[in-house]
Amino acid sequence: MEKTPNNKAWLLVIPVFVIVAFSAIIPLMTVVNYSVQDIFGPGERYFVGVEWFKETLSDRRLHDALWRQFLFSGLVLLIEIPLGVMIALAMPKRGWGVSVSLVLLALPLLIPWNVIGTIWIIFTRPDIGLFGVAINGLGIDFDHTASPLDAWVTVMLMEVWHWTPLVVLLAYAGLQAIPEAYFQAARIDGASAWATFRYIQLPKMRGVLTIAVLLRFMDSFLIYAEPFVLTGGGPGNSTTFLSIHLVKLAVGQFDLGPAAAFSIIYFLIVLLFSWMFYQALQRVGTGEK
Amino acid sequence: MAQIDLKDLAHSYASRPQSDADYALKRLDMIWQDSGAYALLGPSGCGKTTMLNIISGLLRPSQGRVVFDGRDVTDLSPQDRNIAQVFQFPVIYDTMTVFDNLAFPLRNRGVNEGEARKRVEEVAEMLELSDDLRRRAAGLTADAKQKISLGRGLVRSDVAAILFDEPLTVINPHMKWLLRRKLKQVHEQFQITLIYVTHDQNEALTFAEQVVVMHEGQVVQTGTPQELFEKPAHTFVAYFIGSPGMNLLPCRLDGGAVVIDGEHIALADGLGARAERAGGELQLGIRPEFLKLHATQVEQGIPVRVKLVEDLGNYKMVTVRLGERTLQAKVPEDEEVGGEQAWLVFPPEWLRLYVDGHLVE
Amino acid sequence: MPVRKRTLALIAYFILLLLPIYWMFNMSLQTNADILGEFSLVPTDPTLTNYIKIFTDEAWYSGYINSIIYVSINTAVSLLTALPAAYAFSRYRFIGDKHMFFWLLTNRMAPPAVFLLPFFQLYSTFGLIDTHIAVAISHCLFNVPLAVWILEGFMSSVPREIDEMAYIDGYSYPRFFLTVFVPLIRTGIGVTAFFCFMFSWVELLLARTLTTTDAKPIAATMTRTVSATGLDWGLLAAAGILTIVPGALVIWFVRNYMAKGFALGRV
Repeated sequence: MEKTPNNKAWLLVIPVFVIVAFSAIIPLMTVVNYSVQDIFGPGERYFVGVEWFKETLSDRRLHDALWRQFLFSGLVLLIEIPLGVMIALAMPKRGWGVSVSLVLLALPLLIPWNVIGTIWIIFTRPDIGLFGVAINGLGIDFDHTASPLDAWVTVMLMEVWHWTPLVVLLAYAGLQAIPEAYFQAARIDGASAWATFRYIQLPKMRGVLTIAVLLRFMDSFLIYAEPFVLTGGGPGNSTTFLSIHLVKLAVGQFDLGPAAAFSIIYFLIVLLFSWMFYQALQRVGTGEK
Repeated sequence: MAQIDLKDLAHSYASRPQSDADYALKRLDMIWQDSGAYALLGPSGCGKTTMLNIISGLLRPSQGRVVFDGRDVTDLSPQDRNIAQVFQFPVIYDTMTVFDNLAFPLRNRGVNEGEARKRVEEVAEMLELSDDLRRRAAGLTADAKQKISLGRGLVRSDVAAILFDEPLTVINPHMKWLLRRKLKQVHEQFQITLIYVTHDQNEALTFAEQVVVMHEGQVVQTGTPQELFEKPAHTFVAYFIGSPGMNLLPCRLDGGAVVIDGEHIALADGLGARAERAGGELQLGIRPEFLKLHATQVEQGIPVRVKLVEDLGNYKMVTVRLGERTLQAKVPEDEEVGGEQAWLVFPPEWLRLYVDGHLVE
Repeated sequence: MPVRKRTLALIAYFILLLLPIYWMFNMSLQTNADILGEFSLVPTDPTLTNYIKIFTDEAWYSGYINSIIYVSINTAVSLLTALPAAYAFSRYRFIGDKHMFFWLLTNRMAPPAVFLLPFFQLYSTFGLIDTHIAVAISHCLFNVPLAVWILEGFMSSVPREIDEMAYIDGYSYPRFFLTVFVPLIRTGIGVTAFFCFMFSWVELLLARTLTTTDAKPIAATMTRTVSATGLDWGLLAAAGILTIVPGALVIWFVRNYMAKGFALGRV
């Protein structure tokens, strides 16, 4: 379908442009401005050039937070994608079960993110939480406020609990879009359940799975509220991810310059992945039709 | 290769069918002869696809048995029935090459690689796919994809029948013709029972030796294309087959003739008497092709008014009024049809009588 | 039978999914003393005191009203600005269209934490701090690009011939858009509204930073009360349960369209 060339179409885009410019471009310019200055207070600013960038890039805490972030996002993908696909495969295809399943799945997605953290505090506390009490009852010493490993396990559990439904919904939508004839042909060709999955369902889900992988990667990369409420980034810095680190820097210590430099670096990393995301989507889009 | 018997078969998609209307397929007995080429013809929703899916085993009938060469296969899976089926939209395994697509059914059945290769190459040769064997199936045209679907059926040496569910829907007209010819060739070479579902009568009539016409979950007639054209067993067939369909006129008997709006039309010997015995609502049927139209008065000619003349290239379609009734007649291109008045001749040998929709034999 | 095993696995998954929510619900029906006292799977002495407190104390219930106000404003603004833009992207080619589209998408990916400080400064300058508008506009950062993206997908699936036909029939552009086009993509609009609502509802970081009292969202009220009252678990749980209710209601109404939105893969 050819689109008509028409530069007046810009008029239609202007409202969006204005509103996003107001909430993205101006703030971003402020950030850039901060990142090259040392600020002591109103009127007391000194131009420092790329000093903050140098400092931030060699900051060990940033490196740690970055590796922690990659490890976290990697684990998220490794667990949530296969789990989501398996659950999608087990979902009913029609009937009343579909509505019920969809509503149940969407429930965690509509809970405010800090409430997610609250739910998991209540659920995993060793004194009053069902999970905490049950695990400790099994003789395993579990306390996410004391042990970094326990904190990680809890944050991962929470993340998987919270976001796997999104992967399920995406995969399910992909599965539902496969015409019945494919499954009929597979039965006639004598394909096993595994072969049907490998040669029909998986290839047909490629598009939605690409989106799922990238969305989950991006969003887990930006995660803030849930682990902040649950662990506050601790114990120590063991669950301090990039966003948490940034907020600590900016609001907690009010180091505006370094925080701004950090923001820009963070944003560039995200931009790089957005670009990869966009490219991958384009390729999926053109590859299928 | 097999003869397929459907015994006392019926199917309803409702779990507890209440009335006849709940049945997608009403009770029927039927035999599909070994190595016959059948077309299953009917409008959308008449039960064709239901019948096909019952034969292939994708659907278990609510009642009755499906028998292949005397072996009851009602409870067997499609895989165990050795049936091949080609669907309306090409089903191919996108990630595989053409070769792997064709070899897929064989590999699933544990056929050794050497044997599989031999079979695939034979079939690819036959379907003119040899040059594409190494290519990814996803990049091919719709007709090549349909050939692959067909090929997946043909590679199995033991295949009992190949079923087609409107396989040419997405193929462009020129390729349609080539593909249909290919099907005929495959049929001649392999002598496999073919069942071809379609709602397109041209496709059915050019392809099949036997055409099975379905209507509202019932088989209304099975016969050669010629039989369907000349002696439709039911007014539905009379109307559905042919373009346009047969002229059907309510009438009453008067001795050896029928009366339509006061005009007497003579019947073949004894037809009137047989219709009399059958009793019921009576209709006269004649194909537009067999009506003779004259510009001047002739013997046996019934006066009619000409309403419309359409020139359709090598023939003309003339719409006339006989009293309150409208008829269509197909006349040769060179015949002059002028003026409002004309005379219509009804050749007795082509006149059919229907009692309550059924042909009087 | 493998089918039954699958269903059982699915049911087990749903139980695990609901368990943490159930636990919070369980807590919300107990007093703080009961919670810290005896451990039990069901409330031994169920009470509604926590809920009653929330509904009678203005500091609590105004949080819900604030959240609903800015979420609604945000959804309306996102939809109204995104509709024409999505139409432009789906129908026309213009200078910089691809770059514009990509740039919009990058904002969906922007870490809200990055914008925290500049937003605070920006809205302070305009005197918008602690207003519903401030939160609604700041959420446009991620919701407007999202809305454009989802709507563009739905609009592209409407054949262009319909536009042309309407013009031939003498429809003016606004009239065509409102009476012909919008009804055609109403599913898409519903799906978009759902996602805008959802993402604005669940976001906390920006909402909390830009408000102090008058427009403070319920989610923020919760976090502050935690530190102030020395952890009243029952009250906290009840407040949490109440934040789930609007979401659950929304899902119920759009459940039939939800899969469609996900099918387009544009979330």
